[in-house]
Order: sequence, then structure tokens, then C-alpha cells
Amino acid sequence: MSEAAARTLPDALWEGREEIEVVTFDIAGEVFALEAAAVQEILDLLPETSVPGAKAFVGTVINFRGKVIPLADIRLAFGMEATQPTIDSRIVVIELEIEGEPTLTGIRTDKVHEVTTLVRSAGEPPPSVGMRWRPDFIDCLVKRGSDFIILPNLQAIFSANHEHRKSGSSTN
Amino acid sequence: MSFPDPIAVFRTEAAELLEQIEAGLLDLNVNLGDKDQVDTVFRSLHTLKGSGAMFGFDALAAFTHHCETAFDRVRKGEVPATHDLVGAVLEAKDHMRLLVDTPTGDHEAASEALLASLRRAVDGAGVPEAPAGPSTTRYTIRFSLPQDAMANGTNPLGLLDEMRDLGDCRVVADRSAIPPLDQLNPVDLHLSWTVELTTSEPRSAIDDVFIFVMDDMQLEVTEVQGEPQTSAAPAEAEAVVAATDPAATTPKPAAKGPATVDAKAAKAAENVRVPAERLDELMDRVGELVIAQSRLSQLAGSSGDLQLRAVSEDVERLSGELRDTMMVLRMVPVTQLFSRFRRLVHDLANETGKVIELVTEGETTEVDKSVIERLADPMIHLVRNSCDHGLETAEQRLAAGKPAAGTISLSARQQGGEVIITIKDDGRGIDKDRVRAKAESSGLIAANASLSDQELYQLIFQPGFSTAQQVTNLSGRGVGMDVVKRTIDALRGTINVVSRPGQGSEISLAIPLTLAIIDGLLVRVGSGRYVIPLAAVEECLELSVEEDMRSRGRSFISLRDSLVPFIRLRDLFRTGTTPDPFQKVVVISTGSERVGLVVDQIIGDHQTVIKSMSKLHHDVGTFSGATILGDGNVALILDVGHLVSEGQQQEAQLRAAG
Repeated sequence: MSEAAARTLPDALWEGREEIEVVTFDIAGEVFALEAAAVQEILDLLPETSVPGAKAFVGTVINFRGKVIPLADIRLAFGMEATQPTIDSRIVVIELEIEGEPTLTGIRTDKVHEVTTLVRSAGEPPPSVGMRWRPDFIDCLVKRGSDFIILPNLQAIFSANHEHRKSGSSTN
Repeated sequence: MSFPDPIAVFRTEAAELLEQIEAGLLDLNVNLGDKDQVDTVFRSLHTLKGSGAMFGFDALAAFTHHCETAFDRVRKGEVPATHDLVGAVLEAKDHMRLLVDTPTGDHEAASEALLASLRRAVDGAGVPEAPAGPSTTRYTIRFSLPQDAMANGTNPLGLLDEMRDLGDCRVVADRSAIPPLDQLNPVDLHLSWTVELTTSEPRSAIDDVFIFVMDDMQLEVTEVQGEPQTSAAPAEAEAVVAATDPAATTPKPAAKGPATVDAKAAKAAENVRVPAERLDELMDRVGELVIAQSRLSQLAGSSGDLQLRAVSEDVERLSGELRDTMMVLRMVPVTQLFSRFRRLVHDLANETGKVIELVTEGETTEVDKSVIERLADPMIHLVRNSCDHGLETAEQRLAAGKPAAGTISLSARQQGGEVIITIKDDGRGIDKDRVRAKAESSGLIAANASLSDQELYQLIFQPGFSTAQQVTNLSGRGVGMDVVKRTIDALRGTINVVSRPGQGSEISLAIPLTLAIIDGLLVRVGSGRYVIPLAAVEECLELSVEEDMRSRGRSFISLRDSLVPFIRLRDLFRTGTTPDPFQKVVVISTGSERVGLVVDQIIGDHQTVIKSMSKLHHDVGTFSGATILGDGNVALILDVGHLVSEGQQQEAQLRAAG
């Protein structure tokens, strides 16, 4: 890992820290990680209620402890097909800022692994080619063993979809 | 636990005091001889001045002082209360609000102007000893404070400064009591003072300087004779006030202090001020409890365990009671709302030169606090409109054989889960022909379109609609009424208009009692369950197979000879399932517009705690919120206003097409 690459890592995520605690999980055969502090809870699959007219990416809502929160499928944001839930499927509930308001959101995952520590020196910015995931939706990749762990940029994913839908609806 | 900002606390208190002052003044205006109201206003002014000074609102304190002085004289019977005086103090009260809100602003000129008119009002009442006059009085004031006064926070220099503000002062300190240096405790106070004061202020101003220390001090005030002055009360002027003795000649200031404190303490014991968000939090918890309880009773219902059932029933009763109590907590009487209009009507009467009486009824009716706050604006528009357009001038009224004074009546009453607020005037009523002409000319309706009276009246709530031929300061610019409609819609309320030409008009707002819980009709469309607010449901009927077949292509059903457009929710929601053999139509309406919703099954009524949707779903207009059903699933609440307008659009398109 070259020093130059490490310096281009987004500082919003690392905030000058050398290590961060993350929760790792699988989506569509890739390992993803989200900062553990942002994760509220990991749930078994819950009955979902679809919201007709909403973007497919956040097409359903769930009852999370008496609150109605949207359930997002990152796969759809990246333009991939939804898959059938398995016995390992879980919902990761995180808190996100959307339009300045802290919003609880569920994220559908195929399997949740563990809480682990990632070091900054093993990170590198996403390659601009050669990936099936959109690079602007990814904060950075962190090498672990022979694999990469993807740290998605949820702010970008949610605001892009949010704005996209807004502009879509205004043309109606 | 964080302590609230003391300035914010003062502002809240000041707002309440100003409201009291206003209410008192308006009552006084009706009955000028009402001694109690004079006292109330005086007390409020006095408290406002005191706490204003305490929190550093010096301009407010100084300004309020003059109003207080004026009222003090009314209270003592030196000056009669007059309409002019009440009017002047009302205006002054508005200025005080300004001083509370923006204490740093430049209000000098306005203060001066208001005080001048206040003085005129007081002098106009025929006062022998006008405080504004050039006449001055000389007093010799001797005072000494207890030894521990400084330790208790009194600063004698402040008192001296306040006296210097009253007029020309010569201060002599008596140093005789100072002990030798080795026995001197620097915290103790050993001085007493003799002050010769030449002032144009009344005697009571001197007492006011000492009002906060009066209880423990020695104070002697003597009027120095031989100066040219016009005091009408030499007896009082020579009186010596020994404030340590409560039986002294003028114990008023001393007695006044504790009385105010007592009243306040009693009030504090009755009311607890709680931030609204804490109530909302509690409301959320209670909502969750209700949901958990209904899951419990479903479980208990399907099990044979009698003990479990008994417990479940207990929990059901308790959570129901808890929810009812919770609802009551958020309820406030509409008096809060109505009292604002007394002032508005008073001002409007002055502006328009009409004689207007305001009658209020059902003020104890209680409504959710958040509803009250959002009702204020639309009601202001309606009342203004009634005063300006509805009521005629006194001459016109007399010519029409009506009493010269027009009446605006505000009433509130509860009807089921709704509160009906009526704004009624006995003016000329709404001119139907003019509404129609205006609507036709602005293209809102087709020429000669047949409309019911109600439909015609509803047109006045369209944006940009105004029949006033003259734009006045008050209304007629066509803004406002559509705001009324929008706000009431947002509150899930309806507007009903009744008008009789020459006899007046009556606008009723039907508003749900609360925004947190609604009664809903639970329906199933495909595999999803949805809630339709029950208040909007007119009727449910079956869509017969023939109707279903016939209505393909055009979406109307005939309902007692009128065509009602309908929306197939299955299509709208793209359920992709096969329809049930017997589809139902739920007819919903907002005011006069109706639309049918075709659903697969009507499950039943369901009391619903409304949960808002997240920002990610704010663009989905079909739903106004969500709720959690007894089994823990989420059901979406249909936005009736949105669906009705969608249905009407669909109808308009079809009509346009052929």
C-alpha cells in the first residue's frame, strides 16, 4: 500500500483515526462494512409493507420498535437484481442524516459477520474501473487477507436516490 | 437535566403577563368602573416592570414604569379610567412586547410618542396634579439599611443611582456608625444616607426605588415645604413611612409584594410547565404501549389460559385509560385561541370605523394544543374577512333595519371526534352572484356551470379569489382564504359555509380533536392493508360485477343519480394479484368533492396512532402517514385530500376527452 494512495482516502470516514470499528456483512457476494457506532441494531427479517409509488430502492417500510422506518436494498441502488431472502438474511438498522434530520433506516443484508477493526493503512480509494459497484457510492476499500472489504458511502447512495426521485416526481 | 435560559423564561413569563394585561384592558374597556380589572392590570404591569429590570430589560422596565404609574393613579382613584387611557395603554402594551422581543433595538422615539399620548390620556381625564407638569417637589429622604444588606445582595449605590434618575439629588452619607478599622467587617454596611431630592415624579416613585428592600429598612420621606408646588395631598406628602411597621400610614408597597408572590406560588402549584416535546415523547410511548397491548390481547384471545386473558383485559383497560389521560394532557381550552380575537376585533373596529361586537361561546371546549396553534392564522383571516367584507357600516346597517353594532360571534363545540369552530357575522352575507361572476371571469368555473350553493361558496377558498371591489388595508387582495383552506386541509378538517343574503354568513371549521390519533377504516388491497381516515368515509358499497364490467374504460359509478369518479387502488398500487370476486367501493369526500376507492376487502374500523413517514418517502403523495397494526405489521394511511384531487383530475380529463 503506497503512502500516496492512503492520503487520498476520504477523511470524513476516518476522521484522522488510524483504526475504526466496523460491522461486516455480505451483500451479493461482496463483504461490506459500516462503522459500528452508526449501527443501531441487527434484526432478523421482519414483515415488510411495500409503499406503492416509492422508489424500489426504498420500496418497503418495517416496524422497528414502534417506529415506521424505511428498509433499503443497496443492491437496487447499484442497479442489481434483488435476491430471495435466506435463513442468514438480516436487517442492519443504522442512523443516517437525511436533509439534516437523523433518520433511522434498515439495510437488507445477506449475512452479518462480525464486529472487527479496520486499519487505515490497509485502505485504498475505489478503482474507477473494473468493479461492478459504482465508485462514487464507495468510500474506500480495505484489504483483509486476500479479499477487499467495501465501505459504502451511504450518504451518497441515499442522497443520490433521494434527489433522483425528487427530480423524477417533479416532472410528472 | 439542563436549566432553561433565564431570558427565555422571562420572555415566556412576559408574554403571559402581556396577555393578562391585554385581557384586563379589554375587559376594562367594556366596564370602565371595574376596580378588579384595574388592580389586575396594575399588578401585571408591576410584575412585568420588576422582572424586566431583574433580567436586564431596562428599556422595558423604564417604559412600563410610566404605564404602571398611570394605572396606579387610576387605582387610587386620582384619575378615572377612560377609553382614551385604555387605548393608550393598549398601544403601550404592544410597544412593551416589542421591547421584550428586541431589547437592543432603537425604540426611543416610539417610547416617547406613546408616553406622550399616555400623558395626554391621563391629563385629559382632568387631573389636578399632572406628573408631566413642570411643577417639582423637594423631599428629604433619610434611609438606612440593615447591616447585612450588602451580604444579601442589595447595592445601596444602585438605590442612590435610581434616585438620581428621579431628579436633582444631593446625597450626604452618615458615617457616624463606622467602627474603628480593626473592628470593621468590610462586608457589613455601616452607612446611612440623607438625600435631598428635587423631582417632578410623584411620591410613589420614591417608594418604588426601595420596593425590594422595603421590608427590613428604615425609610423616612419628608416633603420640604416652601417650594412652589401644587400638591393636592399635603397630608400624604408629610407622612412618614416607617416600613418596618406594617401598620404605618401607607403600607401599600410592603403589602403588595407578598400578595403578588402568594398568588404566583398558588399558580405554580396548579400548573406545571412541560416542554411540548416531552409530551410528544410520552405520547409515542403510550402509542407503542397500545400497540403492544393489542398484540397481547390477540395472543390472549387465541389461548385458552383464563389467567392470561384476565391480565390481558386489565392491561387493555389500563392502556386505554392511559391513552385517554394522555390525550387530555395535550388539550387546552379554546379560550386561548378566542382571546386573541378580542384585540383583533377592537383594532379592526377602529380601522374600519364600524361598530363591532365580539361574542364568544363554548370557550371551555378543549382541543389539542398543536391544533390550536395552527388554527390561529386561518381564523385571523376569517375574522378579518367578516369584519371587512361581511359587516356593513353603522349607517348601512341602520338603513337595513339592523342594529348599528355588527356582531361577530365565535363559537366552539365538540361533536364526536371533531371540534366545530364557527365564525359567524350578521352582515350582508356572501353575494352569490358576485362570487359566480368573479369565478367565471377568472376562469375557475365554466359560464353557466350548475353549482350548488356550497360548491359556489367553496370557490372563495380558491387561490387568488376575492370579490372585494376595493382592496383595503385589511383584506381583498385575494390572499388569505386559500391559506385558510390549505391549513384546514392540513389539519384534516373541513370547511362549511352558510350564508343568508342580508342576514350574514357563517363559516364552520370542523377539525379533528387531535393530530396524533385517528379513527380509520382498515381495508385490504391485494395483499397490503391500508387505513382510510374514517372521518372522510361517506359510505361503503359493493361494486357489482355488472358495474365493474360496465365501468371498465370509464371510471364512474352512479350513486343515487350522481356520477362519482373512482380510483382502482389495485391499479394505482400495482398489486399484481387477481382481484377478489366482490370488490368494494369506499366513497370518501373532502367537503363537497367525492371520489370512490375500489378495494378488495373492508376489514373494519381501527383506531390508529399516526406515525409519520421518513424523509425518504416524503415524495409519495398517496400516503399521509403510517400506523402499526395489532399484529405488528405496518399499514399505510391514505391521504384523502390527495386521492380526491387525483380522482377529480381524472374526471376532468375524461370530461375534456369527451
